[in-house]
Amino acid sequence: MALANDYNSVMSRKGEIMKKSVGIDYSSFESGSIAFDYEKMMRETGYTLEEMQKIQHSVHVGNTPIIELRNITALARKCAKPGYGARIFIKDEACNPSGSFKARRAANSVYHAKRLGFKGVVTATSGNYGAAVASQAAMAGLKCIVVQECYDSKGVGQPEIIEKARKCEALGAEVVQLSVGPELFYKFLLLLEETGYFNASLYTPFGIAGVETLGYELSMQFREKFGKDPDVVVCTNAGGGNLTGTARGLIKAGAATKIVGASVDLSGLHMAADSQFNKKSFTTGHTGFGMPFSTWPDRSDVPRSAARPLRYMDRYVTITQGDVFYMTEALASLEGLEKGPAGNTSLAAAFALAQELPEDQMIVVQETEYTGAGKHVQPQLTFARSNGIEVYFGDPKDEVPGKNIVLPSHPSLIKATDQDLDHMRRSLIRTAVNTYKVTPTEEDIAFLAEETKTDVAFVKEVLATL
Amino acid sequence: MVKKGTWVLIHRNILEPAERAPQVPDDTKKVPLEMWIKGYLQNDAEPGAEVEVITRTGRKETGTLLEAEPYYKHDYGKFVPELQVISEQVREIAFGGDE
Repeated sequence: MALANDYNSVMSRKGEIMKKSVGIDYSSFESGSIAFDYEKMMRETGYTLEEMQKIQHSVHVGNTPIIELRNITALARKCAKPGYGARIFIKDEACNPSGSFKARRAANSVYHAKRLGFKGVVTATSGNYGAAVASQAAMAGLKCIVVQECYDSKGVGQPEIIEKARKCEALGAEVVQLSVGPELFYKFLLLLEETGYFNASLYTPFGIAGVETLGYELSMQFREKFGKDPDVVVCTNAGGGNLTGTARGLIKAGAATKIVGASVDLSGLHMAADSQFNKKSFTTGHTGFGMPFSTWPDRSDVPRSAARPLRYMDRYVTITQGDVFYMTEALASLEGLEKGPAGNTSLAAAFALAQELPEDQMIVVQETEYTGAGKHVQPQLTFARSNGIEVYFGDPKDEVPGKNIVLPSHPSLIKATDQDLDHMRRSLIRTAVNTYKVTPTEEDIAFLAEETKTDVAFVKEVLATL
Repeated sequence: MVKKGTWVLIHRNILEPAERAPQVPDDTKKVPLEMWIKGYLQNDAEPGAEVEVITRTGRKETGTLLEAEPYYKHDYGKFVPELQVISEQVREIAFGGDE
């Protein structure tokens, strides 16, 4: 008998579809309460660092160059007080086969899918991860479906997402494009059920562990070149996997580097609102993902996300759309490097943060992404203007997402705005208690302290206020 | 007439407004969840007809025939004068000066 395909029926089959399509029995890591054994999940279902390096090496992923941005650093020093302006570096992840660090996540997922005997992979993403999975699936000889949220109800698509669709198709994938809405997940489940393919989720242990090689490499490259680890690493933060994996890799290398998350400020724009979809100029790396996925990682497409950024973040800053576009242009004009804007979110943040640090310190932007038609400052600003967004020079602090894009009239106006991490930690603890509807056990309290990079006293204090 | 076997783009509503998820915002709830997908046309058809296609992974999908041999039209946008201003400004600040 055919299964019912209405929204509620399909969502009610989510658990069994997931279990079949990722091959992980998440229940074996559960405590039955709020806590689950995160490290056990990473250990038993992920790969060791050495295995991952081998897997990635065999598919031409990783070992991307570190580039010192001497002219951007000089520009930062012109804006900073004397003696300040740390050396700024980027890790040129655009050199990966699919043009972004996401190749690291995809390499592991696709390797795992092939090893388990799946004939194909499905992924739900409008981002660079789609191209990464398509690229790795092409190498592995697996079929690939990418599900994208792409158009508003007038059929107008974000140029950046359309470019990613093109790239996925160029790499042999089938692209399913949808209009705005969280029911993308519904179509995704139907496709998994219909095809029996592997769920190449962004949030499985293999995917996240795939980014650990990035953090580890960074440390090794800096030790070899400069005899020490970088002082600060800035990670663009959306779903949390980039930051989580990089931080875990740095920890595995024994580095004591500070981890800063950076997102484009899109506050006030509702991510599932049809009328606001094309009012934003960033489709990833923004607070619309960064905030909810940091304060509640388990909203992802797997029962327990392996991306848990609040465990690793020392600081979380936001930056404006105008700041990122400015720095993308500066990177091309001063360093001769043309890269995609979304990947430069952490560059804009690093430019501001470098000015707080003395000149002898080193700050690293841990990714770049490819650029091309649609996925470039010029088409994205053209698109913004065609959607009624005002684009002008001024002070970026006047930027209102969905209304205007304020390009800084001078680079000294580029500022990273600190987000209140304690507030986010409280939010995570509150959501955990509300979700599981239990009185937290001692184990839960210890777990929540790890989840929030705090201590038992902090968690107890928050619990007392609920 | 589009010939059987042609690579085409089709469109179908996969959830009508009344079938949408309870959590979607009001403006999104007023419109259907739409899907665009490409595949090989299974029968000769006119644009606008309901058709069946076979996708790259060999799946069957149905929908309204929109376009034969669809291609991408996204580009590098229009000239944005502000970008040139930024380019001049950062070079002036970083390399310029009195010397």
